[in-house]
Amino acid sequence: MNKILILFGHPAFNRSKINAALRAAVEELESVTFHDLYASYPDFLIDVPHEQRLCEAHDVIVLQHPFYWYATPAIVKEWLDLVLEHAWAYGSNGTALSGKIFLQALTAGGGPDNYRSEGSNLFTIQELTAPIRATANLCRMDWLPPFAILGIHRGLPEEVCSQHAQDYRRAILALRDNQLDLQRARSFELLNQDLSAIING
Amino acid sequence: MEPFLLKLLIFLAAAVIAVPLARKCNLGSVLGYLIAGIVIGPFGLSLMEDIDAVMHFTEFGVVMMLFLVGLELKPTLLWKMRTPILGMGGAQVLITIAAIGFVSAFFMPWQHALATGLILSLSSTAIVLQTLREKGLMNTSPGRSVFSVLLFQDLAVIPILAVLPLLATSVMHTGAHHGSGIVDISALPPYLRLLAVLLSIGFIFILGKYVSRPLFRTIAATRVREVFVAAALALVIGISLLMTAVGLSPALGTFIAGVVLADSEYRHELESDIEPFKGLLLGIFFISIGASLNFTLINTRLALIVGMVAALILIKGAVLLAVAKLFKMPANERWLFGFALAQGGEFAFVLFQFARSNGVLPVPLTEMFISVVAISMFLAPLLFLLYDRLIAPRLQTTGADRPADVVESSDRKVILAGFGRLGTDLGRLLIAAGIKPVILDHDEANVDILRRFGFEVYYGDATRLDLLESAGAAEAELIIITLGDRQKSLELVKLVQKHYPDLKIAVNAVDRRAAYDFMDLGVATIRRETFGTALTLGQDALQLLGFHPYEAYKIRRLFRKKDKENMPELYKMVRKDTDKYRSMYQQHDANLAALMRQDQEIDMEELDKAWTAASPET
Repeated sequence: MNKILILFGHPAFNRSKINAALRAAVEELESVTFHDLYASYPDFLIDVPHEQRLCEAHDVIVLQHPFYWYATPAIVKEWLDLVLEHAWAYGSNGTALSGKIFLQALTAGGGPDNYRSEGSNLFTIQELTAPIRATANLCRMDWLPPFAILGIHRGLPEEVCSQHAQDYRRAILALRDNQLDLQRARSFELLNQDLSAIING
Repeated sequence: MEPFLLKLLIFLAAAVIAVPLARKCNLGSVLGYLIAGIVIGPFGLSLMEDIDAVMHFTEFGVVMMLFLVGLELKPTLLWKMRTPILGMGGAQVLITIAAIGFVSAFFMPWQHALATGLILSLSSTAIVLQTLREKGLMNTSPGRSVFSVLLFQDLAVIPILAVLPLLATSVMHTGAHHGSGIVDISALPPYLRLLAVLLSIGFIFILGKYVSRPLFRTIAATRVREVFVAAALALVIGISLLMTAVGLSPALGTFIAGVVLADSEYRHELESDIEPFKGLLLGIFFISIGASLNFTLINTRLALIVGMVAALILIKGAVLLAVAKLFKMPANERWLFGFALAQGGEFAFVLFQFARSNGVLPVPLTEMFISVVAISMFLAPLLFLLYDRLIAPRLQTTGADRPADVVESSDRKVILAGFGRLGTDLGRLLIAAGIKPVILDHDEANVDILRRFGFEVYYGDATRLDLLESAGAAEAELIIITLGDRQKSLELVKLVQKHYPDLKIAVNAVDRRAAYDFMDLGVATIRRETFGTALTLGQDALQLLGFHPYEAYKIRRLFRKKDKENMPELYKMVRKDTDKYRSMYQQHDANLAALMRQDQEIDMEELDKAWTAASPET
């Protein structure tokens, strides 16, 4: 059983229905650590050694956050800036994250039509998350395409919301139990494009 | 009695008129005193006589000054300075003796030349230190080098006194200047004399290290200020008498006592008590130097004396520049070092007298040299001026692309007035940030305990101007006021604003009303004592009630911001209200009501707008 660390960043969590649903779907799962960064560090004073120990103790690292201006909320960036130290996360001696599976789970206002070269955002989700992918690559992590929930600005109906939460739970469970076909998953634009196609059993 | 008072009046009046005038013209107080001396001296208004006696008496000002200098030098710092003291000081004294001796040997027998070299190698501690302090250069690196050399020179007086009689060319009565103390030990065999010297230095050490603290504590507990002043003066006078008795320089003795006491919590108290006496005595000493200029002699031998003064300053200046270069001083510091020390010193007056009475130098020669030294001392402040006007600006422009000096956080001076519950944590924070505040507190028990924990705490009432002065308010960057007493705090703010307009003020206000009082005085940095705790507890409360921690944190910050924004308006309202008659309770209630009204207007949604806004399109 893989141990999963979910690094969660949302500056106005109690105003986000979808993130609350996603959180509730995975928070209590066995061998999943749900880590609310804004709750742990309201003043942004991140305890770097503690965060590094946490990462070392897990096999899968998930960044879960709303997609703000094609990037992460401020605290997630702060976390990346401080925790991913040279000689720990990257560099010739930095192998602490090497071989761990990495997944970005994001919620975005715009719909699939906006995230295209013809759409208002000009780029696809994979293109816009390239910096995070490059980060994972530099840390020698096993990158997966993002788990992305799009079009939430219109407000999602209750049942769509819970469907996404179920998908998220499925994906996390598959990662935990080694039932996700990583090779296959990487051929998709988004991880949650067709979950049944990449989960064995 | 009356002639004495009259004389005193003349001195004081001269100082009161001349010094402010001199400072107004940017000449420094030393030059002011010297000019005052010339004016009231025998070649001016002839208002004073018996200048030698006055000068001899007021030399004691130099002794007090070295005591004060010692107080500012902790033993550890002195130990750190051992290389510049022995190296630079030794090099300066030896090379200057050789150079002046060599030049003089062309004009006089070698014994005279050597004696002249020995005496003229010394510079004026009184003028140079006073000027450096006034210019705030004492703690700069050239200032420290200058001080090291002066310290070595003061030490060198002792061997010079010992060597001079050996150079006597005519037999004279000796021992005239020995044993002016209570006991005369010159009759003792040499080994006993040495023993006496060692014993008295040991005595000073034990006195300063072990006896002084309980003694001063007892005296301080009486809270009668004069007694403390008397004790301080008795200490300095006693030590100089002891030193004179064993044949050492009193200045050296009090300097040692000062260094031993530098770690004491009563250091600032001692400093502020001795300071005015030192200032007056030194002032009169400078006046008497001005008055002792023999203008008849100078007039008749004008060319010769001008030549000698020029030679003295040029030789000493050249040696100093060479020494500075030898010790790899940066180019821009070398000039200050050279200009500062290129004069004769007040010890020269004593030593020339000594040389004359020991038959080392003939009377006409010493007369002449005394004039030369006095003129060179008169020129010393002018040399500083010359440095300021001509050399320093040029050094500045050549070094324009040099990066600005990094101010070490440990060099930044902060005064923390009040070290109660609030001050303690504040002090801990500052120390953690590498800033060592000078702490003033009025509670003896507090002072004792905190000192044991290694804080630099001084006992005294922070609203006393002299204590502020000796705590370094003139050079400090910031004063933090955390006194428990609001009236005292207000008093202190007014005092600081009046006397140290450049000193930044941060103040703790016991409540909102006290904060308004500080706003009346125009203080910008005011923190209300319990406000921070109230808001932090509020944040804790929200979190315990199930608010998301970041939400609770945001509310606290937003509340604080709004409160700060509302402060000026509330202040205006309260001050307008006070004009009308209202009972204090009524006013308090009205203020509270206004406060609450303001709070209800705080829009907590404000911070989350960005996170919740729907995008306008799609």
